[in-house]
Amino acid sequence: MDARARTQAVKAELAETLLARHPAPAKGAAWAESARDAARARLLAMGGPGRRDEYWRRTDPAPLVDGAPRAAALVLDETPIFDEVDALRLIFVDGEFRADLSDDPTLDGVEIQPLQDALGADIHWAKGLFGALEAAGQDPVARPLAALNTARASEGFCVRVTGKSARPINFRYLHESETSDAVVRHLVRVESGAEVTILENGPAAARINKAMEIDVAAGATCHHVRAEGRDHDRVSASHIFARLAERSLFKSFTLTVNGRLTRNETVVEFTGDEAIGHVAGAAIGAEGFRHDDTVFVTHDAERCESRQVFKKVLKSGAQGVFQGKILVKKDAQKTDGYQISQALLLDEDARFDAKPELEIYADDVACSHGSTCGEVDEDALFYLRSRGVPEDEATALMVLAFVDEAVAEIDDEAIADVIRSRVAGWLDRRVG
Amino acid sequence: MLEISNLHVKLADEDKTILKGVDLNIGAGEVHAIMGPNGSGKSTLSYVLAGKSGYDVTDGTATLLGEDILGMEPEERAAAGLFLAFQYPVEIPGVGNMTFLRTALNAQRQARGEPELSAGAVLKLIRATAKDLKIDAEMLKRPVNVGFSGGEKKRNEIMQMALLEPKMCILDETDSGLDVDAMKLVADGVNALRDKGRSFLVITHYQRLLDHIRPDVVHIMSEGRMIANGGPELAIEVETNGYADLKLQVA
Repeated sequence: MDARARTQAVKAELAETLLARHPAPAKGAAWAESARDAARARLLAMGGPGRRDEYWRRTDPAPLVDGAPRAAALVLDETPIFDEVDALRLIFVDGEFRADLSDDPTLDGVEIQPLQDALGADIHWAKGLFGALEAAGQDPVARPLAALNTARASEGFCVRVTGKSARPINFRYLHESETSDAVVRHLVRVESGAEVTILENGPAAARINKAMEIDVAAGATCHHVRAEGRDHDRVSASHIFARLAERSLFKSFTLTVNGRLTRNETVVEFTGDEAIGHVAGAAIGAEGFRHDDTVFVTHDAERCESRQVFKKVLKSGAQGVFQGKILVKKDAQKTDGYQISQALLLDEDARFDAKPELEIYADDVACSHGSTCGEVDEDALFYLRSRGVPEDEATALMVLAFVDEAVAEIDDEAIADVIRSRVAGWLDRRVG
Repeated sequence: MLEISNLHVKLADEDKTILKGVDLNIGAGEVHAIMGPNGSGKSTLSYVLAGKSGYDVTDGTATLLGEDILGMEPEERAAAGLFLAFQYPVEIPGVGNMTFLRTALNAQRQARGEPELSAGAVLKLIRATAKDLKIDAEMLKRPVNVGFSGGEKKRNEIMQMALLEPKMCILDETDSGLDVDAMKLVADGVNALRDKGRSFLVITHYQRLLDHIRPDVVHIMSEGRMIANGGPELAIEVETNGYADLKLQVA
């Protein structure tokens, strides 16, 4: 057996192990079972993720796939971040939905149904969507953890937005078991002209595999704001697959503060003209913090606008990765694509790896990307200190300013301010 | 107020001495001006007094109201009453001017053991100060110095000085990049702050700023030391004859 075959055998064995570790969910309707079977087959064909895969070269996936998760004690020193936002709260503990802790899931303009119920129904709007965006997102890059999620997730929600959602929907994740290993899946369809804001927050589980498929119909709007992290040993792999029809708007922002390993993959496909899709994130961590933003944007329609804005603040051995690609297909004329990834290294032990990519086949586009990595501006720091601002506070001001370009991607100012407060809280504790 | 004695300073990462024995004594309520050709060490003196890194003090002392400031952090010097209006105020994207001013004001109050001002009180104070200095309120909403014209940056410096109420104000070539009207505005701001308990050190290339800010003493600096001291007429002499004659006199 040559080296390539040996590698493939190891990957196939890992895929089997991953499937075996997570029990098959209760049987659903035939269409749901068909989607799960297809995902299972995809996973077995591609194999589990390994460091030799180009897509995992900068982030070791081992903590996400090896054995049992490392015990991750929950740190309960802060109130959940979005509790001050008036939202419908749906609470998960160790990856399981807890109706007894949650609000009544009824909301004007929105149909909300637990995943298992939805996938068990013979006729359901999720038919044709469940697993479809994930399957499409496997090309050209294999995303085995997303396939595992489709095959094994039994918890999550199907959300169909038919009007303007009266309140945001807040998926709040908690974990009680120190070694919880959870798989959560959400499906969101925002119908034509409808509008919703989805919030996610919490440390979720010691190890979590989370995925969300979001289908934004013509003229619809979907805002997504996520805050994750807190306890230091948590590991997390998340996927967002978004499909944007004409004149739709999709904006997603993620704040990650601490956690051991976080891999956030976002796959956006523009299928209708004049759609707008922004993906942004701020990640802040120290010591064993490993954070990876991997984004793939495909423009397959005319006059669409995409933005990727990612900021990382790293300290004391923390490592950050950004992999972002804008693919512009040949008919996607007048595409406006923008991508920026920047890291602020607070000391010499931190590290940032970036892999920005553009692949353009249309001839009338405006696309740009940039990536920088640097330290706090000494002159600016001195300027602030010369006015009496202590060094820690001056550094915190600079860090807040640095991440604010990403936070400013959140349209709702109140929610953006909640995020800013959380960043400031972290800086109070960790900078200096 | 400010006493500098035999101050020797070299660049921290180079074997190059910039200040070679500066002596300066500024009394309370006095306005002193330092003039001198490029490279004479004027800006270095202001940076060293404010605590900028990159310089090593190899000899000499500097005290503010009797306290040794050379051993203090920059923020401690500010809290002790020292203010440097920068020649090139740095732009800080993302940090709102109002946030910065509020933070600085309260940080200094806290350092001096005074109670912090409420957000409302700070806002009122900043707005009133800005109005006095004819500063557009829109400037307060923008990030610190970002996109400001040269004149706006200098007025922003003077506004900070007015708000923070330092005892010893150093103006490092505040006139550079200013047209006559802007210079008049800046000078008016400085003159409004002049009182018996506050001193100024005005570093400038040209006499024209000193037409508006009348100094008590003028010092001429060259090659890292003071080579001449005198009254306001010394500035006029420099403006007329340049520095060459003074250097010759010293030699």
